[in-house]
Amino acid sequence: MTEPMVREPLPLRPISPHLQIYRPMLTMVMSIANRITGGALYFGMALFVLRLVAAARGPEAFAAIDAVYGSYLGLLILFGFTWALMLHTLAGIRHLIWDLGRGLDLRSIEWGAVAVLLGSIVLTLALWLVILLRGHGT
Amino acid sequence: MTTFRTPLGKVLGLGSARSGVHHWWIERVTALLGLPLVVFVMGFILATAGGGHGAVVTAIRHPVVAALLILAIVTIVRHMQLGMQVILEDYVHGRLVLIASLLANSLFCIAVAAAGVSAVLAICFGA
Repeated sequence: MTEPMVREPLPLRPISPHLQIYRPMLTMVMSIANRITGGALYFGMALFVLRLVAAARGPEAFAAIDAVYGSYLGLLILFGFTWALMLHTLAGIRHLIWDLGRGLDLRSIEWGAVAVLLGSIVLTLALWLVILLRGHGT
Repeated sequence: MTTFRTPLGKVLGLGSARSGVHHWWIERVTALLGLPLVVFVMGFILATAGGGHGAVVTAIRHPVVAALLILAIVTIVRHMQLGMQVILEDYVHGRLVLIASLLANSLFCIAVAAAGVSAVLAICFGA
């Protein structure tokens, strides 16, 4: 057999499958959620700092910010921000436990995913119950 | 635990440059430190909710509150910067765009931290 002078194009080999190949599972969704919430909190932190800056500037600036934050859209964003923070925090605790080499068996991982999801919902609702009872937007 | 070092690596006796886990490690340290600080910040928000400008200013005038807020801002922003760096490195392709976005990430985080810390200090010292 003689070597061909022109190299043939490489056959289309299967490459490493990406997300859409896999059946969505709670553990996978929670892993993605941890990253998404991290990205959302990145900008949420700016909202918190903006409120601190407004507080430093004086009562007028603070009232103006709170009028925006206290609007329906503002409250919706803050509610989402709270949920993201609770989810990312609980998921972070789970990660720290894994870093200790604990809880890496399948049962713990499945259980942990459910615990983080339910825990984040419960904590978010509890926090907002307190905030709304104390009166928002003032 | 099994070792991940290659036979060649063992023979040569050359280890890592000792900075390989720095990013990972600081991310964990800021996560661990961030846990009680996030609880504190939530407490601060709940305690001042509904109290208006006066409640926020009065709370921050307390030096312990101011110190913990500054610590929270610095810790969380560092964690933010490290986390966003990983996201950018995963999804941004093209060397120049990646470098530019990493730079933007750092600048944004420095700006957020500077604004937050200076606001707390301004309130604390009554400017």
